[in-house]
Amino acid sequence: MRALKAILVASVLMPAAHAGAADLEVTHWWTSGGEAAAVKELAKAFDATGNKWVDGAIAGSGGTARPIMISRITGGDPMGATQFNHGRQAEELVQSGLMRDLTAVAEKEKWKEIIKPASLLDSCTIDGKIYCAPVNIHSWQWLWLSNAAFKTAGVPVPKNWNEFVAAAPALEKAGIVPLAVGGQPWQTSGAFNVLMVAIAGKDVFQKVFGEKDEDVAAGPEIGKVFKAADDARRMSKGSNVQDWNQATNMVITAKAGGQIMGDWAQGEFALAGQKAGTDYTCLPGLGVNEVISTDGDAFYFPVLKDAEKSKAQEVLASTIVSPKVQVAFNLKKGSLPIRGDIDLSAANDCMKKGLDILAKGNVVRSVNQLLSADSAKQLEDLFSEFFANPSMTPDAAQKRFADIIASAD
Amino acid sequence: MRSHAPAGRPSQLFRNLNSKIALIPMILIALVVFLGGTVWTVVYSFTNSKLLPRLKFVGLEQYERLWDAPRWIISIQNLAIYGILSLIFSLVIGFVLAALMDQKIRFENTFRTIFLYPFALSFIVTGLVWQWILNPEYGIQSIVRSLGFPGFTFDPLYNSDIVIYGILIAGLWQGTGLVMCLMLAGLRGIDEDIWKAARVDGIPMWRTYIFIIIPMMRPVFITTLVLIASGIVKVYDLVVAQTSGGPGIASEVPAKYVYDYMFQAQNLGQGFAASTMMLITVAIIIVPWAYLEFGGKKRG
Amino acid sequence: MANVSSLNTAAAGFDAVSAEVAGPRGRKPRKILSRRNIILYGLLGLAALYYLLPLYVMVVTSMKGMPEIRLGNIFSPPVEITFEPWVKAWATACTGLNCDGLSRGFWNSVRILLPSVVVSIAVASVSGYALANWRFKGADLFFSILIVGAFIPYQVMIYPIVILLRELGVYGTLTGLVIVHTIFGMPILTLLFRNYFTSLPEELFKAARIDGAGFWQIYFRIMLPMALPIFVVAMILQVTGIWNDFLFGVVFTRPDSYPMTVQLNNIVNSVQGVKEYNVNMAATLLTGAVPLIVYFISGRLFVRGIAAGAVKG
Repeated sequence: MRALKAILVASVLMPAAHAGAADLEVTHWWTSGGEAAAVKELAKAFDATGNKWVDGAIAGSGGTARPIMISRITGGDPMGATQFNHGRQAEELVQSGLMRDLTAVAEKEKWKEIIKPASLLDSCTIDGKIYCAPVNIHSWQWLWLSNAAFKTAGVPVPKNWNEFVAAAPALEKAGIVPLAVGGQPWQTSGAFNVLMVAIAGKDVFQKVFGEKDEDVAAGPEIGKVFKAADDARRMSKGSNVQDWNQATNMVITAKAGGQIMGDWAQGEFALAGQKAGTDYTCLPGLGVNEVISTDGDAFYFPVLKDAEKSKAQEVLASTIVSPKVQVAFNLKKGSLPIRGDIDLSAANDCMKKGLDILAKGNVVRSVNQLLSADSAKQLEDLFSEFFANPSMTPDAAQKRFADIIASAD
Repeated sequence: MRSHAPAGRPSQLFRNLNSKIALIPMILIALVVFLGGTVWTVVYSFTNSKLLPRLKFVGLEQYERLWDAPRWIISIQNLAIYGILSLIFSLVIGFVLAALMDQKIRFENTFRTIFLYPFALSFIVTGLVWQWILNPEYGIQSIVRSLGFPGFTFDPLYNSDIVIYGILIAGLWQGTGLVMCLMLAGLRGIDEDIWKAARVDGIPMWRTYIFIIIPMMRPVFITTLVLIASGIVKVYDLVVAQTSGGPGIASEVPAKYVYDYMFQAQNLGQGFAASTMMLITVAIIIVPWAYLEFGGKKRG
Repeated sequence: MANVSSLNTAAAGFDAVSAEVAGPRGRKPRKILSRRNIILYGLLGLAALYYLLPLYVMVVTSMKGMPEIRLGNIFSPPVEITFEPWVKAWATACTGLNCDGLSRGFWNSVRILLPSVVVSIAVASVSGYALANWRFKGADLFFSILIVGAFIPYQVMIYPIVILLRELGVYGTLTGLVIVHTIFGMPILTLLFRNYFTSLPEELFKAARIDGAGFWQIYFRIMLPMALPIFVVAMILQVTGIWNDFLFGVVFTRPDSYPMTVQLNNIVNSVQGVKEYNVNMAATLLTGAVPLIVYFISGRLFVRGIAAGAVKG
């Protein structure tokens, strides 16, 4: 009954709240506990400026949220701001003149000097103008290991990928799946890209995904990566799960030895009450090559007719980048801040490792920034087939890989 | 009723006019939305539209790429298997259930609701539940094994060769209730006298059903057929929820290809090309049939 | 079949189910021995088991705590019954910043559902009636196009519909959404009504025309009462389809009028974080409640369909 009353009250109040000129509707797909807590920090800071954050959360990135955002923007009824993975996803909306130019805000606040690494801002820049405000950095290049699983198998916790591969038979003998890989396609292609940075190195990665060099993609360096992917495929046999966090859960419960997954996996370990170092081990760059990628999220702002709302957009953009919000947001989200000049002493061990690597500049640009969504999807299809189908040889897969790179844009 | 006849005797023109006015919404929807939308889609399938539709023509490029994609080929095969089996089983199970329900049974409401309720539930969770039940570690397989059959294997969702059947199990669970309802509505439209006459003549019940009732229910069967078939062609959510197309790409379906390429890959041209192929296939089968079926002289 | 019956013995929780299945037999002592009844109720009972199994799993899961779910046996009844997940799904589950669960979108869904169902069924039933009884040249061509339209994946139509609604000036309004639901309900519903009206005895229609009844009179006084069962089917289709619709509801409206399915999606589909299966199941059952209630109520109309059939002779 109280809930009913609340709805009635809310529906009465809603129009009144809307009359306020500086309400800004923000769409995003951050809906899990940690994510929502992080968004709350953003909203709180924005509300403190006298404006009002109207929340439009829609779970499920890519396929679910994107058609909604695009339809709203092209249908002439845009939201005030929207989350996108920064990278090439919003390019065309910008080119059609539907997105707002933030260059003035960026110059006033000196984004060029404070945002690190610079590639983040480059991804927001089209024809010299800045169109988005980056909010965080996520990196993919982590191997998460269950200390308990290795104890059961009677082998020491590996320090790098090769030791991990060598330990796989012992794990299997103990009835443990060596490598947990979820069934969703993005997980397998993500894991492959991680292997590529670790085994073939930063330069090869840049050549293949940055310059779309077909010969390198067909060459021996990538051949080695496919060899490793073949190992990973063998080791992942028996992980009958779909979602990435179910796979992480296998590591947490020591049903699996390890998982290749981005730094967002930390949230799962934290929720299960596990501690880095004692319960689980994290190896950035698979312990082979300590390089991390700069994936992450950014906010885009559609062009609005209402002058006051446009003003509020500017306020939101500068709020997102401000040091205080960066600290509060990223600690909740488990991601890294987009500026190097702030203090994150509250971060845990694994996050600190990540910050160190970031400070050293051992970074690669994210695949999202380098490849079009189309090419990335084709790669997803290839790797999900490769990982599920043992009869597909690494050579055959590499050939298709090279073909996709050759036609990539 | 007689006294209300407008303006004396309604003329032929007046009656036709009324019917035409009544059909205006349908005609508009058919022409503007479905025909217009289809033409629009076909036109843009010859472009290289990415995130937004743009008229930059690239000829047949999208189609060449489509038919080169292993995932598309697998999708088509899966749709064929799923479609044929789903059609047969839905019709048979639906009709048998409806016939059983039509025996003046007790608790008809209860049974009908039991068969129908899956239709009310969202696909997202339907998929999740069946994913659990069919999961080898805690679903049917583990239960049977714990009963003393350690060799028992039943893991349709994790075996590329049979995964499409795992999806079929959930699809039938979700959809047959509605088929049953349609059939039941059809059976209820059948004249009681037909049954009486058949009984008087001593025709066995099963023969009455097959040779008298089913032919009389032809229109209902056609409705059902179109309903099931259109559902099959569009099958998407169920696959996403149960396997997201896996293992690997073993349970991909065409609608998912269309959707993934339109919105995840942001390659509208490719998505439109795939949906055009789907539509052409449908049109080749349906248009001649529909014209024969609906264009024939049966009344009026 | 062997699988199903062994499952039945395995899971203690099935007692309730078997009791329900046995119900009709037990309460009809005189007829229990008739072979016809044993086969009839036996078959229905087996089928009911297949349909109820997932419901059983959902219900018991929704009443377990997360630690119990992690233990893994999805068929075991809850050791400790808790209604926490139900409360959470309805009132406190968060979607983004709004932590008021499914309750948030419930009235929005109702507001979308009622006009959409009424308008789409009204338009389609009249179209079906006109096509079946008042045919004119050319109508079949449009109808054939409409039927092919049933096979177009919805997602493909998003862009054309966005353009259409923008041009009509109803993008982002309830009217726009009702139009969309009417459009996509048209093919199947029109077919449904057309074929049903075609299968009704022709003499009825002819007699009415001889009596001088016009287009609308025949529709309201003769066809409508005869077509109750098919109206029920149409209602089931539309109520379910529109109530469970996510894509249109979210693409063609604004956050303050998002339907309940948006919250359901957000609860069930959270990409990151722990999956709360019990809350997911409770949320689904809650969301399914409205169509389920409609199914229950519509049962009466089905029974009246029998009466209509009996009167005909």
